[in-house]
Parts: sequence; C-alpha cells; structure tokens
Amino acid sequence: MAYSKELLDHYENPKNVGSMDKESEQVGTGLVGAPACGDVMKLQIKVNNKGVIEDAKFKTFGCGSAIASSSLITEWVKGKNLDEAHSIKNTEIANHLALPPVKIHCSILAEDAIKAAIDDYKKKNRKNR
Amino acid sequence: MSMKKLKNIYFDYQATTPVDPRVLKKMMPYFGEIYGNPHSRNHSFGWEAEEGVEVAREHVAKIINANPKEIIFTSGATESNNLALKGVAEFYGDKKNHIITCVTEHKCVLESCRHLAGKGFEVTYLPVQSNGLINLDELKKSITDKTLIVSIMGVHNEIGVIQPLEEIGNICRSKDIFFHTDCAQAIGKIPLDVDKMNIDLMSISGHKIYAPKGVGALYIRRKPRVRISSMISGGGQERGMRSGTLSPALCVGLGEACNIYSNEMEKENKTLTKYKEMMLEGIRKSCPDVYLNGSEEARVPGNLNLSFAYVEGESLMMGIKDLAVSSGSACTSASLEPSYVLKALGVEEELAHTSLRIGFGRFTTENEVKYATDIIVKEVKRLRELSPLWEMAQEGVDISKIKWAHH
Repeated sequence: MAYSKELLDHYENPKNVGSMDKESEQVGTGLVGAPACGDVMKLQIKVNNKGVIEDAKFKTFGCGSAIASSSLITEWVKGKNLDEAHSIKNTEIANHLALPPVKIHCSILAEDAIKAAIDDYKKKNRKNR
Repeated sequence: MSMKKLKNIYFDYQATTPVDPRVLKKMMPYFGEIYGNPHSRNHSFGWEAEEGVEVAREHVAKIINANPKEIIFTSGATESNNLALKGVAEFYGDKKNHIITCVTEHKCVLESCRHLAGKGFEVTYLPVQSNGLINLDELKKSITDKTLIVSIMGVHNEIGVIQPLEEIGNICRSKDIFFHTDCAQAIGKIPLDVDKMNIDLMSISGHKIYAPKGVGALYIRRKPRVRISSMISGGGQERGMRSGTLSPALCVGLGEACNIYSNEMEKENKTLTKYKEMMLEGIRKSCPDVYLNGSEEARVPGNLNLSFAYVEGESLMMGIKDLAVSSGSACTSASLEPSYVLKALGVEEELAHTSLRIGFGRFTTENEVKYATDIIVKEVKRLRELSPLWEMAQEGVDISKIKWAHH
C-alpha cells in the first residue's frame, strides 16, 4: 500500500504533539476511540476569549493514518472559531491525505475528536457562567 | 554509536525464505539438460530425472528418520495438510468420525476440518494455554472411541512455540489414533523423528526451509500402515496418492534443503539463539512493557513475537519501514481484527494490536540484528511520546478501567 507524501510527512514529522492542562477552563479535551479497536485519539484545543482556537495539541495511539489525520486536523483548527472547527468534515481530511478506503475510519475518528474537544470546552464554560 | 543506515532488511523468515544458492545450484540442471519425465520408465531421459527425484526423497526421509517410500511430494504444506486430513477422513470415515485439532492451527488445517465438519465429521478444537501450548490432559479428555486423527502442528508459524510432539504421539499411539503434524515451520528447526515421536503423517514445506515455493511433501507411515484416499485423479503417481507429473527441479530443491539442514541445523540454531537474545535484551533494556508472545522456553530461536504496549503495531511497522517484519495485529489486512492466534493465547485485544513478528534466518547478519534493535527501540520511544495511552499509564491511570466508546 503506497501512502501519499502528505500522509508520510505528518506521520514522520507530526505537528502539535503534546498535552495541555485539561483542568484549564480555556482547554477542551476530546478522547475518542478504544484501545481494543487499535485507535485512541486525544485532541485538545485552547480557546481564547474571542472564541478562537489559538492552539491545538494531540496524542494518538493508532496506525500511521490515524496519527497523520490527527496531526492534520490540529493544524487546520488553529485560528478557526468553534463553529468553523466544528464543521470540518472527515472527507476533507481523507482527501487531503489520500487515505485508502480501509483507513477512512481514521479521518472519522479525527472529526469525532475535534467535535468532542469543542463539546468539552462548551460544557465547561457553560457551567462556569 | 553510529551505524550505517541499512535498507530493506528481511526479518520475515516465517512467511518465506530465500532459496539457498546451494539449493538453486542443485536444481539448475533439472531446468535444462535433465528434462525427462521422471515417470518415463523406458529411456534414460526419464531415468535420469527419476534418480534426481529419488535422491531428493531420501534426503527428505532422512531428516525425519523415515523410509523414502513413506514420502510423497506435493505442491506445499497446504496441499499436504489438506491431503492428510481429507485423505484419512475419506478412507476411514465410515468407521471413525472424530477429529481433534487446535484453535491456533494454520488456516489450511482449520479450513480442512471445517470442510470435513460439513461432511458429518465431529471436530474438537483444543484451546491453548497462555504460553501457546496445548494441555495434554485436555487432549486425553477429548479422545473418544470415535477419534480418528489428531492434528497438531510442530512449530507455530506466528508465535514459534514448539508443541510436545513426542507426548502427543505417545497418547495417540496408545489409543490407536493417527497423529498428523504440520511441520512446515519445524523442519530444520527442531530434531524430528517420526518413530520416536509416533508420528503417522507429517506435512513439509519447501519455501520455509530455503527451497523454492511450490513444493512440499507428506510423510505417510507404512508400519503400521496409514491409508489415504487421493484428492487428485490421474496417472497414479506417488504410489497412487498424488497424481500429476512431479517437477524434478522442485523435488531436488526440497531434497537439498533437507540435506543442508541435516548437517547444519545445530550450528544454525546456535547463531539464531545468539541473535534472538541480542535483540530481546537490547529491546527490553531500553523499553519497558514489551511482552514476548508464546512460551519463552519452548520456542524456536528464529521467531520473536513481541507486543509493544501502548504502540499500535501498524504505525510501528511504518516507522521501521526498512525492516520487513509481519504485523501480529493483522490490521494491514482488510479485516482490522487482531490475530486469532494471539486471541487464543488470551492476549488482550489492545495488546494484540501492538504486536510484531520478527523472524531471523540463515542469511540474517549480526549487524542487521543490531541495526534493527536500535531502530525498533528508537521508534517505540518516539511513538510512545505520541501515545495517549502511554501518557495515561505514566500518570498511573488504569486504562482497562476507562469506559471506551467502541466503534
């Protein structure tokens, strides 16, 4: 199976690897997937008071396509507001990385992860208001 | 330590092996000047080809202490396993109809059994213990007066464990049950003796022992005699058990491969043991939470099946792309299901997803082993830094207690 140059680049030099303080009110955390299925993604966003995502970090247990999908989506969401980030579709990720059909689920997982992170942020900040 | 970057190193000797140049050299004349049909009885062209085949048969017989008349050539271990099981079942099926095998057998054994189950045979699939070996008491308990044959492989293709063949053979012989063993991965790796081990049928593969693909053999005991129904109709070659003109070149290749092992098995095992220990120690020294799948004692040295906890196997394979290894998770296939073998050992699914099979063989060098150990360690460390599971484990979170949303 030949992977695209974009995919290999994100796998070999992943962007935005790391963790942020999940207790911080500015940070939303999404943890999706399951170890038994072979994929777990943790995606975190840091949102400023204008509602714009100013930083994003990830850690992923999964195949190269899963790592690349999460690396790519952290790049994409930076600078976007929550609604824009929420509307990213898995097909955009799959197309950009030229994911083979058996790896489409990796892009779905990345979409789920960003949505989960946004939900977590919103839930936190609703409570605190 | 700086080491020259090596490209494309083969660590998949359980999948197949390259043809040994000494084997190829013996085969070459049979692709050229010796072109007779080995079954032609009337002229020297046939006799010459036949002689090559018969010498090869002797070499195959010798390595398992059999009589050459008990060896028939086939296209490989898959055919041999099919022929042994279906052939015995068809011949004796009206008297006894129970087959015992094991859940971790090769697919061609399991599928042959499934086929026979569809024809009215009862099949018992023995479980394995966490070390990959069958429990002999379980075997004894599952034997009935209808048990016709027991089929247990000698050395496992995926995890490299060695089943107690002699003990299984003794149990079978004492109950008048045929014992078939798939020894595709065992020939040349462990000493085999069909008499001492009471083996009645044994499947042999060429391409796992440095002979070409497309050739194998089946040992069928003559005293006490085992009979099989043939699967292929034709001219009645191979004592009527396997019709079709033999390929002298391929037979000669298999024979020479066995001949080499008859002389070199011990020496080769010593080298491979050294490599295995080098790699295992090198990895364990630098990476915690690495688990060896299958018994550490009862295993052949050329097989390391390792689970690298918190690192998904396919991503690891991508990271060590210059090493040709095999994924234990089988995630590269369309199924996305972890290996049925690791599952049978009781390896949890999350750990099964982190497994690799690393295979050493005759042409592996010490330099390659060192290089591979280094880049595996480096890549495992890198991917663990990327792994949320590793992070949780370091924070003391019990991953098994988290409610994961299975998708």
